Amino acid sequence: MEGIGILTVLGIIITASIRSATPLIFASLGGNFSERSGVFNIGLEGIMTIGAFSAVYFSFKTGSPWAGLFGAMVMGGLFGLLLAFLSIYFKANQVIVGTAINILAASLTTFLLVEIWGRPGQTDNVEYFKAWGPFNLFSYLAFAMVVVAYYVMYKTPFGLRLRAVGEHPRAADTLGVNVYVTRYICVTISGILAGIGGASLSIGSLSLFKEGMIAGKGFISLAALIFGKWNPVGAALACLFFGFADAIQTIATNLPVPKEFLYALPYIMTMFAVSGFVGRSVGPAAGGIPYEKGEK
Amino acid sequence: MESKINEYREALLKTLKEIAYPLVAIFISFIAGGILVYSFGKNPVVAYTALIKGSMGDWNKIGETLVTVTPLILTGLSIAFGFRCGLFNIGVEGQFIIGTIAAVWAGWAFTGLPGILHVTLTLIIGSLAGGLWASVIGLLKAKVGSHEVINGIMMNYIAMYLSNYIVMTFLNVPEKAYSVAIADTAKLWRFSQAFSQFNHSRLNIGIIFSLIVALVAYYILNKTVRGYEIRTVGFNPYAAEYGGISVKRNIVLAMVISGIFAGFAGAIMTTGVQYRVNNLFGFTGYGLDGIAVALVGNNHPIGVILSALLFGILQKGGPFMQIQGIPKEVVGIIQGIIILFVAANFVKVIVENMKQNRELKKITAKEEIE
Repeated sequence: MEGIGILTVLGIIITASIRSATPLIFASLGGNFSERSGVFNIGLEGIMTIGAFSAVYFSFKTGSPWAGLFGAMVMGGLFGLLLAFLSIYFKANQVIVGTAINILAASLTTFLLVEIWGRPGQTDNVEYFKAWGPFNLFSYLAFAMVVVAYYVMYKTPFGLRLRAVGEHPRAADTLGVNVYVTRYICVTISGILAGIGGASLSIGSLSLFKEGMIAGKGFISLAALIFGKWNPVGAALACLFFGFADAIQTIATNLPVPKEFLYALPYIMTMFAVSGFVGRSVGPAAGGIPYEKGEK
Repeated sequence: MESKINEYREALLKTLKEIAYPLVAIFISFIAGGILVYSFGKNPVVAYTALIKGSMGDWNKIGETLVTVTPLILTGLSIAFGFRCGLFNIGVEGQFIIGTIAAVWAGWAFTGLPGILHVTLTLIIGSLAGGLWASVIGLLKAKVGSHEVINGIMMNYIAMYLSNYIVMTFLNVPEKAYSVAIADTAKLWRFSQAFSQFNHSRLNIGIIFSLIVALVAYYILNKTVRGYEIRTVGFNPYAAEYGGISVKRNIVLAMVISGIFAGFAGAIMTTGVQYRVNNLFGFTGYGLDGIAVALVGNNHPIGVILSALLFGILQKGGPFMQIQGIPKEVVGIIQGIIILFVAANFVKVIVENMKQNRELKKITAKEEIE
C-alpha cells in the first residue's frame, strides 16, 4: 500500500518537474544556439515575454492556438533578429542590448495589454493547447527539440560552422564560413525558440498572459545552459533538474529547508558550475566579442 | 596663452561631440515614444507635458523625483566604475538589495546610540555589505576566471531570496510581509524638516551624499594611483600586467568599490526613504536601471548624474501620464529605446557610414572623370 503511495507521489513530482522544465528547455536551447555562435543572449527573458504575449494575442485574434504558437515564433524571431542586428552590425555590447530588450519587452507587453484589453494585469482567456495525456503539446515538442538541436549542432555541417564561429571566428572566416550570416541565423533561431518557450507558458500551462509571468525563467534558462555546459542535452537535463527544484517546492509544504533556499538553488549551483567546483563549465571562446573582418 | 585657449576650445569641442551623440539618441527615442502614443490615438504633447509636470511640477514632485535620482546616481556610478576596469557589474541589483537589508539590520539592532553615530554606522554597514557581496564576484573572476556577468546575474537572484528569507524570519514583523523598521536614530535627515516646500516628499540628504560620491569616484579614478591602475587594467589588461600592475588585485578592488557604491545606494534607500525592507517578488530595478544610467552617462561621473536625472524624471513622471489616459509603460519603452540607441552607438555609426559613403562616391566620381 505504502509502496504505491510513494510511486504515485514520485509520478506527480516527475510530471510536475517536466511541466516546469518545458519553457526552460526551449529558452535554454535558444540560448544554446546564440551563445555557441558567439553572441550572448541576456535578452532571453524579454523574448520569452514577447513570445508569451504574442501567443495570446494571435490566439485571441484567430481563435486558434496554432496561430498563437506561430505568432510567438515570428515575434520571438524578430526580437532575436533585433539583438543580432545591434550586436553584429552595430557591434553593440551584447549584454547591454539584451538588458534593453528585457526592459523594452516588459514595458511593451504591458502597454499593449492595456491598449488591447483595456485593463492592466492580465488578458482574457484564449484558446490554448490542452493536455494530451499527462502533458500538453509543448512538453513533447521540447523533448523533440532537444534531439533536433543536438543533431543540428553536432551532426550537420551547419552545426560545425556555428560552433567554429563561436570558438574561432577568424579561422572559420578564413575557411569560407560567413561569420555574420551564421550569427544572424543562430540568434534568430534563439529568438524563435525563446518565443516558443514563452508561448508554452501563456497558451500551454495557462490560457492567458499575465504581467511579469516569465518571472526570471529566461535567466534560469541561461543558468541551465551554463550548468549544462553549453550543450543541448546537458542544458535539457539541467532544465529538468531546475524544474524538479521548482516542482518540489510547490508539492511539498513542510520541507526541512527554507523555500527561499530552494528558489535560490539553481543560481547557487550555476555559480558552482561556472567556477569549476563541480566540473568546470567553460563557454565558447569568442562569446560576447563582436567580429570585425580584416582586424588583426 | 593662445595655445592654452586653443587647447580648452578643442577639449570643449570634443566634450560637446561626445555629449551630442547620446543627446540625439535620446531625442530620437522621445520622438519614437511620441509616434507610439500617437498611433494609439493619443496626443504626444499631452503625454510629455504630463511627464514634465508630474516629475517637476512643484517642489514636492521635484523632491520625489530626486528621491529616485539618488539611488540611480549611485548604482550608475557603481556600473560605471566597474566598466572602467573592464568589468560589467550586472550584479549591482543584488549588491543594492544586500545594502538595504544590511542597513535595516544595523538600523534596528543597535539601540541607544546618538543619531549621527547610528546613521553613519548604518550607512557604513550597508555599503560594506554591498562591497562584500560584490567581492565574491571579483574573487571568482580573479581566481578562477569565471565570468562576472553570469555570476552577477546569479547573485542578484540569490541576494533577493536571501533578503526575503531574512525579512520573513529574523527581522520579520509577525504576520506581515515586511521587515522591522529601523530606529529613529538611524534615519537620514529629510528636507521636509527644514523646508515646508518639501512637506510631502521623502527627499533626504542622501541626494547630497550621492553627489559627493560622484566626486569621490571621479577623484579615485582620475587622481589616484589605484584609479590609474584600475583604468589601465580596463583599457588593456595585458599591457597592465606587463607594466607590473596586478590585474587580479585590481579586478577584486574595482568590484568591491563598485559594490560599496551599490550597497551605499541600498543603505540610503533604507535610512532615507523606506525605513524597512519588503518581501520582494521581483527586482527593485535600481540596479538594472543603473546600467542604463552608466551607459547614457558614458561612464563619466558628471554624465552619470545627468542621465540619472533623465531616468528619474522618466520614472516619476510616467505615472502622471496615466492620469491623462496614456499608459505609463510608454516611459519604459522610451527607456528601452534610449538604451538600444546609445548602446548601438546608433547615431555615430550612421554618421560615420554616411561620411564613408560620401568619400567613396567622391573617389569613384573622380575616377570616372579621369
